[in-house]
Amino acid sequence: MAITTGLKVLEKEQSPSKTAKRPGQPSKLSPWDIVKVSRHSERPVFEDYIELISTGFMELHGDRYYADDRAIRGGFAHIDGHKVMLIGHNKGKNTNQNVERNFGMAKPEGYRKALRLMKLAQRFNLPVVTMIDTPGAFPGMEAEERGQAESIAKNITEMAGIEVPIISVVIGEGGSGGALGIGVGDRIVMLSNAIYSVISPEGCASILWRDAKYAPDAARALNLTAHALLKHDVIDAIIDEPGEGAHTNYKVIAEKVKKYISGQLKVLSNIPVEILLQERFEKYSAMGKFERLV
Amino acid sequence: MGWYSKEIGEKKQQKATLWIQCKGCKSHIWEQEWVKNLNVCPNCNYHGGITATHRANLLFDKNSFYELFADVSPVDSLGFKDLKGSYEDKITANKNKTGINEAVITGKGQIEGIPAVAAIMDFRFLGGSLGSGTGEKILQAANFAYDHNLPYIVFSASGGARMQEGVLSLMQMAKTCAGVARLNKKNIPFISVLTNPTTGGVTASYAMMGDLNISEPGAVIGFAGRRVIEQTIGEKLPDDFQTAEYLLEHGFIDAIVNRKDIKSYLGNVLSYYNR
Ligand SMILES: [Zn+2]
Repeated sequence: MAITTGLKVLEKEQSPSKTAKRPGQPSKLSPWDIVKVSRHSERPVFEDYIELISTGFMELHGDRYYADDRAIRGGFAHIDGHKVMLIGHNKGKNTNQNVERNFGMAKPEGYRKALRLMKLAQRFNLPVVTMIDTPGAFPGMEAEERGQAESIAKNITEMAGIEVPIISVVIGEGGSGGALGIGVGDRIVMLSNAIYSVISPEGCASILWRDAKYAPDAARALNLTAHALLKHDVIDAIIDEPGEGAHTNYKVIAEKVKKYISGQLKVLSNIPVEILLQERFEKYSAMGKFERLV
Repeated sequence: MGWYSKEIGEKKQQKATLWIQCKGCKSHIWEQEWVKNLNVCPNCNYHGGITATHRANLLFDKNSFYELFADVSPVDSLGFKDLKGSYEDKITANKNKTGINEAVITGKGQIEGIPAVAAIMDFRFLGGSLGSGTGEKILQAANFAYDHNLPYIVFSASGGARMQEGVLSLMQMAKTCAGVARLNKKNIPFISVLTNPTTGGVTASYAMMGDLNISEPGAVIGFAGRRVIEQTIGEKLPDDFQTAEYLLEHGFIDAIVNRKDIKSYLGNVLSYYNR
């Protein structure tokens, strides 16, 4: 389904840091095991990556309408010599952190802050790097009241036209629209034990299996692993995690993530903006599988 | 997502009797009267479901509509099976039930003499869920509007993204919005009509992105499902939560328009398009 263009070839030849593994090397873990690794309490979170892959992180706050959502953070940063706008879901690793950060489940003000920072990146001509790690957008009454759907819809629409390169790294849970709200870009990459799904396996099981205990079956059916999504042309690359998972060696995974981002920034920064946006449009136009009846 | 699909889709099937029970006021309406009133209750103004084809007939001037991209059809690319069977079988059953190939019909026509492109979702087809074929048609229709400089109107009726296509369906949110973004950039009007129900990934993509968002009375419009929210907050939500009236009050839609008036409303809006 992917459209072959001159650019794609360029990328393969000129990007020594492309860390992709091609399909054929599926994990030994079951999809449900991978879901559990992606949610591991010791798994590195956005805050760790800020620390490990960037320098001089200058956090910027607020959506200018309502609040500063702690479930999404962002700001200027350096990654391997590149100046970027770094934005990510802010999951915590313990109860106190997660209460403050709402488990990385953003409200409209979080998505609106993210969009404000992406527009700021465009103003400053800086590439955007987003890190995705959320169970989903917050399903609460005030979130609906303030336009949860509208805020995500707007981000998705605007990200199609942001005039700087965008790289999205799924570092943990890619939970549905809440993930996509900061996840439209020129490169979408997943860590090997990250997941990306239209609905949580528990949610899917309770609807289609009528019982959340069938989550392992739903996890398999949903094709939510990095390996499956590379095969279905949804993502561009997989970054292999060390050992039993990213939580076993922060330094190694951070180094790989940094290398991937840095390599892709080199490639993307050489592409004229009109071509970049055209390629982005074609990338998303090609998403999905359907048939045309004769 | 898809949390709304079951009840309405199935109940409609049992309605083929002489009397229709209104889901709003529970009164029994003679079927002929119900249909003559465009599936709207004459007692309480409850707006019942309506097929995409019927809507196209109501919207466009006589004999002006021609369908585009009708050959796009879903495929079970993940080999998705749940307790009730395979997605592949569901596709076949839904095609047979509805006579259409996807959860949306797309085409071009004239509204009070003004040419426009429309995509009209059909809730009967897999709960109007947004699959790859659905997204493809909505994008292709947007591209057609873009190429021909025509206003674009989308009628939504959907439980959200189509779970049976996994992330491929999630990506249709980005795909359809990429089409909307191009229309925005070219200053081509995009009007979204949110009908009962419009929820989940459809609300969180093109349906909320209209230059005008309009709705029918009482339509349920929201992102997260009512039950999920009630579980999160541990209390009951008010009755009018996530209705068109609630959204109007909170500033997310421009107007609530009765079904019988939608054509003239849209005709009036398009008459202001001065380009
Ligand atoms: Zn009634």
